[in-house]
Amino acid sequence: MSQSAPAVINPAQSPTPTRRFRGITNPLARFLIVRFLLIFPTVFILVTMVFVLMRSIGDPITAALGGRLTAAQLAERISSAGYDRPILVQYFEYLGQIFTGNFGTAITDGRPVSELLVTYGSATLELASYAILVALIFGIPLGMVAAYFRDKWPDAVLRVAAILAYATPVFFAGLLLKLVFAVWLKVLPVAGRASTRTELQLTSMDDPSGIYLIDAVRLGSPAAIGDVLSHAVLPGLALGLLTAGIFMRLVRTNVIGSLSMDYVDAARSRGVSEFRLVRKHAYKPALIPIITVIGLQIALLLGGAVLTETTFEWKGLGFKLVEYLGARDFVAVQGIVVLLAVIVALTNFIVDIIAAIIDPRVRY
Amino acid sequence: MTTTNSRLVRIWRRLPVVHHVRQSVGLQRGMLVAGLILTGIFLLTALFAPLLAPYGFSQLRDDDGTFGAQVPPGGQHILGTTVGGYDVLSRVIWGSRTAVLVIVVAVALSIFAGVLLGLVSGYLGSWLDRVLVVISDAVYAFPTLLLAIVAAIAISGGRSSFWGGVFAAAISITVVYIPQYFRVIRAETVRIKSEAYVESAKVLGASTPRIMFRHVFRNATRTLPLIFTLNSSEAILTLAGLGFLGFGIEPSAAAEWGYDLNKSISDVTSGIWWTSLFPGLAIVLVVLGITLVGESLNDLADPRLRTRRRADQSAPVLETSALHTVDLDDDESAIDPLEARS
Repeated sequence: MSQSAPAVINPAQSPTPTRRFRGITNPLARFLIVRFLLIFPTVFILVTMVFVLMRSIGDPITAALGGRLTAAQLAERISSAGYDRPILVQYFEYLGQIFTGNFGTAITDGRPVSELLVTYGSATLELASYAILVALIFGIPLGMVAAYFRDKWPDAVLRVAAILAYATPVFFAGLLLKLVFAVWLKVLPVAGRASTRTELQLTSMDDPSGIYLIDAVRLGSPAAIGDVLSHAVLPGLALGLLTAGIFMRLVRTNVIGSLSMDYVDAARSRGVSEFRLVRKHAYKPALIPIITVIGLQIALLLGGAVLTETTFEWKGLGFKLVEYLGARDFVAVQGIVVLLAVIVALTNFIVDIIAAIIDPRVRY
Repeated sequence: MTTTNSRLVRIWRRLPVVHHVRQSVGLQRGMLVAGLILTGIFLLTALFAPLLAPYGFSQLRDDDGTFGAQVPPGGQHILGTTVGGYDVLSRVIWGSRTAVLVIVVAVALSIFAGVLLGLVSGYLGSWLDRVLVVISDAVYAFPTLLLAIVAAIAISGGRSSFWGGVFAAAISITVVYIPQYFRVIRAETVRIKSEAYVESAKVLGASTPRIMFRHVFRNATRTLPLIFTLNSSEAILTLAGLGFLGFGIEPSAAAEWGYDLNKSISDVTSGIWWTSLFPGLAIVLVVLGITLVGESLNDLADPRLRTRRRADQSAPVLETSALHTVDLDDDESAIDPLEARS
């Protein structure tokens, strides 16, 4: 049957769920619905994987408090938390909890994981935003420069720089930046999100957003804004440079690709300068893949954020995750990982939607 | 005698990397050769670590007494000592051995699982294919490091001995990278299974496993060296990331660069640079070397990115190609399925 059928990869036919939504005539609406429904299997698979992996070593209470409590106390805590019930019952209960937004409660300090999102998620969001900003500022122009000077020395230098940016682990880049700018030159702070005084000001204001830059602007104090920004430079650079290298290569490849398109040849034959071809004609189609790749970068950024936050004592979700890892509080670890899975799935959804609105060709 | 020689030369020239070096020109050749040299140094260091390293990776004292903590570079310890009192140079050299072992185990496992799943999924299709694609997409979209952390907890509970640690790290990395091999092999398989020679084999009555492993597999694995190189560099970064977060291998069991970097965070604040700089540089150089090789292979495989020989340089190519001994430029015959079977 299907084995002998020619396997033409036709985007209009391959994803199965589309068939059911033929009734909806607006292609964008159909794409939206299908893409939204795809979030659920993704999250479900990841939750299942994490659950199976984490529970394969036994119950979390013994792991966290094993040495500190007597066997009887342990057994009591295990049964009161319900970890002595069949694993399938626990699994379905856990799925139900996730569905209602309950990601579990940390064993060591008794805080609900969803509360951590409010307290520490904003810090991670702020760091990731700085990193994306750094990546866009460096990546796009440098990629265009590299494409313009294709196979000449500026291209060679930039390509090696991009590979170097990829080859340097974020924490090593962070340590080097810290060493040079914070310890030797003493121009930027060593670690943290703000100095103690500013931090007090920002946390004591009513209804803080948790994103220090926004709070500092709302506070209206130039000193606070400067302090927050100076703390953001090194972590933002450390995390952003990695992604900048990826953006640069992507822009370079795509600009080179679109420079050989017919419409660019047509423009060239009309006498448009090579610089203007890169600047005006070739780079716009090269930006569409950037949007898609930002979606994929969210995953990389969150992984990198865990490492950057540890390097700079940036008190975000990653920093907290490492703290719980050290305490062997696997309920909290599981909660944070699953929470991040949901965040990744949602951001990928949003990015796909934006890409579909901009470029009708990506809809399927 | 001459015929066997020319045959040997021909085989030599068609070996993957040699062929690529010959195919490349200019900057691309420079990058490829630089990458090969760095990778070669890395492999040799790992192989001869016991001879090269002045001390053991967990050695704290020699005949003159203990090394002392945070000794600056120079004298007895060329690169200084760490906060724990280990010799930095020795740990950097021994670390390459850990890295090679983890890469080899991780990549071998993920190729095996990924290729097998990709072949079965792509060739047999049906619901199995759909389920596997959804699972691999879900895993692919997730932060690799976080998944590796969860896998590391599951495998070793976090800490372990040398081989336990190597396998824990390798399997954690494998879990993350199977989807990449799976996707590539599946896509190739789907493309290849509609080729005429697969249909012919089917008509001749070849069994499904035979078609899958003899006809499809051999032609679907062309891109593997490329993913292999790109993945090994990612595997090193993941290993270092795990080590940095405290999921590496205990310092007494093996040397691991990420672990050493983690211990050096507080050193950096007090201006002690040698404990972080050297393990970090080791990671950067190794990843750089492997990535340069992978990148160059990628560019050479993609005609849009391949640098062309200039017209004046191509003149001798025309001359030799008339002799029918070697094809210098485009060796397309390697992908010809009929050729591959002979």
